[in-house]
Parts: sequence; C-alpha cells; structure tokens
Amino acid sequence: MSSTNRFAYFPGCSADSTGISFTKSAEFVCKRIGIELVEIPDWCCCGTSAALVTDKNLAVALPARSLALAEKMDADLDVATGCAGCFNSLKSARHFAKQSEDNRAYVEDLIDMPYSASNDVFSFLEIMHRPENQELIKNNMVTTLHGLKVASYYGCALVRPSKVCEFDDTEDPRSMDELIELVGGEAIDWGYKVECCGGSHNISDPKAAKKLTERIYEDAMINGAEAIAVACPLCFLNLDMREKELNAIREAEGKSLFNIPTYYFTELLGMTMGGSFKELGIDKHFWPAEDIAKQALSARTQSDDTAEAKEVAK
Amino acid sequence: MDTTNLSNVTNAELEAADRIGKEAGVRFDDCYQCGKCSAGCPMAHAMDYVPRQVIRLLQLGIVDEALNAKSPWICAHCMVCSARCPQGVDITATMLSVRREAKRRGLRPDKEADIFDDIFIGNVRSFGKSNEAILAAKYNLLSGHLMQDMLNAPKMAARGMIGPKIHSVKDKEAVKKLVDKALSKGGEQK
Repeated sequence: MSSTNRFAYFPGCSADSTGISFTKSAEFVCKRIGIELVEIPDWCCCGTSAALVTDKNLAVALPARSLALAEKMDADLDVATGCAGCFNSLKSARHFAKQSEDNRAYVEDLIDMPYSASNDVFSFLEIMHRPENQELIKNNMVTTLHGLKVASYYGCALVRPSKVCEFDDTEDPRSMDELIELVGGEAIDWGYKVECCGGSHNISDPKAAKKLTERIYEDAMINGAEAIAVACPLCFLNLDMREKELNAIREAEGKSLFNIPTYYFTELLGMTMGGSFKELGIDKHFWPAEDIAKQALSARTQSDDTAEAKEVAK
Repeated sequence: MDTTNLSNVTNAELEAADRIGKEAGVRFDDCYQCGKCSAGCPMAHAMDYVPRQVIRLLQLGIVDEALNAKSPWICAHCMVCSARCPQGVDITATMLSVRREAKRRGLRPDKEADIFDDIFIGNVRSFGKSNEAILAAKYNLLSGHLMQDMLNAPKMAARGMIGPKIHSVKDKEAVKKLVDKALSKGGEQK
C-alpha cells in the first residue's frame, strides 16, 4: 500500500453521466487537499453485477483489465475509485488473483496482459477518512455544516463481503459518520446504514426497488435526518431520482411525505471548503438540495460561524 | 414447498447440485436452515422461495425446481445473507451460481432481469463502457416497458447526465476479445 496521496484513478461509467455530482465534488475535495488522481489510460467498465450474473470469468476479466492497465501506467500506485460498485468489482478481481499464484496466472491468461495484483484498491470514502487526510480536510474548511443532521448511508458494496472489501464494520460502519462530524454535521443514529437500496433493480424491477428505497427514507425520517449522505452513484440515483415518485405513491396512500435531500459525502465536505453548489454539482440533483445546504451553511450568525469553524478546525 | 417425494430426484439433478455448489464455493450441507439469511434479505418479499428454501432445494437435490425459481433473478446481490450466515455459507454466491446455471440452460424465470443484464453486457462488449441512456432506452424497447422513466430523461439531459455522446474505450477490439474469451469458458474457472 502506497502512503502517498497519489492514485491511479478509475472513474467508472457513471462518472460523467448520472454520477456527475460525485465526480465534481470528489475531484474538488481531492484538489483542495492535494490528492492527485491519474486516470488509468483506456480503463473499461468493471462489469458490475451484470457480469457477475452472466459469467464468473467475465466478472474477473473486466475489472482485472483496468487494474493491469493501472499497473502498466505506474506500478507504485494504488487504485482509487468513487463508485462503490466499481470498488467492489475491482477489489473482488484483485482478491481472486491474490488467493494463489495459480489464480494470478489464470487472470493474466484471461486478460492476456501481465498482472501482479500488488496494487490495492480504495474508495474515496476510505481515502478521505485516513487520519492524514482528515487533518487536511480540517485545515481547508472555511465554514461548517452547523449541526446539520445527516444519516450516513453506506449501502452494500463498500462493506460486503468484509474479506474482500477490508473496510470499516460490516453492520455498523462509522467512517462516513466521522467525516460528517469532522465538518460540523451531526451524524444521526439510524438502522438502515447498510441496507440495500435496490439499485441493481432500478431499471429491471423498479417496483420492488422502490420498496427498499422507501424503507431507507422512512427510517431516516423517523430518526430526524435533515439529509442523507451517500458514497455511491447508484445509491444516489436510486434515492434522489425516486423521492418524488415515492411521495406521489405515499400521498395516494395517505402517508407522510419525505423531504430529505441526498448528498454525496464529498458534496458536504466540499461545501465546508468553500466550494460553490455549481462546482460541487449540488445544482444537478433531482430532489432540490440547495435550500437545505444553504441553511446548513448559514445556520448561525457570522460570529458563531467563525467561532465554530475555529472550534472544528482545532 | 409442501410434501416432497425425494425418490423423484434424478442423478442429473444431484450432479447439477454438485456443480452449482462447486461454482459457488459452497457446501450446502453446512446450512442448518436457521433462516438468518432470509430474515435479513431485503428482496424476500418479492421471492417465490426465500434464500433458505433455495438452499434447502439444493440440499435435497431438487435442482430443477431451484433452476426455475425466480428468486436467484430477484436477488439484488446485496450480500447481507452471506455476511450474516452463522455457518459461513455464501448464499449470494449460491444465488448467482443457480442463476448462471439456469441461463446456460436457456431458462429465464425472470425475463426483465435477463434482458437488462444481456443489454448491459452487450453494451460493454461493443463500447467497453456502459452507456446508461442506451441501456435504459434499449431495455424499454426490448422489455416492452416503453414509457418507463421517460419523464426523467429530459431532466437528465438538462443536468448533463445523459447526452448524445457515446462513451467508449479506445481499444474496443481488446475489450471485445476479452469478453468473448471469458464467455468462451462456459463458466468453468480453471
């Protein structure tokens, strides 16, 4: 594992489409705190669950190709990615290759490229949570979230299976909560941190997926969340795009309506570092996210603001 | 599952159960049917057999029923079941393994899921990357759900989330070759 803040960057297919706000906000934070991302030349789709359900070899070959290309570019760099799905695919392929010399050679044959499997894979969440980067985030803050109540939502792919992900706690991860609190938010306790959002059924079975999404909003609402933070573009889309549709159904059923914007955790970090909503992509959400963000940033008077910023900066 | 006549189980089914277990890296006998997997399964409400029952079918060798079940296609691969199994049975891997075996036999108990994943992989084989707008549009055409999410499309375009540009890798031939080679092994790993 390299200790520097320089990474081979795997943006993933959603990076300049549905996940645009994640890309913008993560790249903003990286730039501010000096994390250098070098895009892997000609990386390809990681295959995600579509490859897994189709063929075991395909699910290894697709991510392994990009990992091998990263090695070819710079053998000393670990790989960084934002998307939780990409993280899981890349990390799984590496895990398979690391099992034995036989497996590694098998992967090389599969992709027809040399691959040593020496470089590790990390998500932006894991990278930004490193103590040295928390320090850098603190040093770059110009304001705080002023106690904004945030439900940190991790979903599936960052924490399961633990032997592959090697990250945080499987049932009660804390890293995103700690980052939220670092920038002055209040990380609320709630029960759906690692429950599936149904993202993989967003298109093929939206009715079943909506049930899963609804449970997440419901639990966040019951526990007083003013915002949900995510670290995955699929989770984001599935929550943000479906909130209005869920409310239409709930209204017909006479249930209370949701009014909780979803943010990438990097948007919340970037906000406190002086990033504009446009720079961070907060203006591109389906569910309006600018008002609550504005409120959070200006919740106190100017003097409170400065005092608290100093307090947090300590 | 009501009454089951085990003498109807064929040798072919027992061999298939063996193969499915090997591909998943699972010994079905490890499962003592506690049901922890199914209690935590977020998709159980939509399944014909909950995860515990799928494992039970495989334990008993009633494989044809498992292969025709919708559950492996409804499974969202969230991996909660595998993470919580006190016996370390990888139920998610089992669901995947059953689904792939069904697909190899040309069975598709859940048409929608199969169409979606085929288009996804076809997209990746052609361009090396997944193009979400093409994926959604093609899915709507082939599945017959023509209007699904059409109201969201203009918003996505306005936000720059989707556009006319097709994303692709430079070395499209390399990815095509890699996909074909992986698929040519018929699911056998090593």
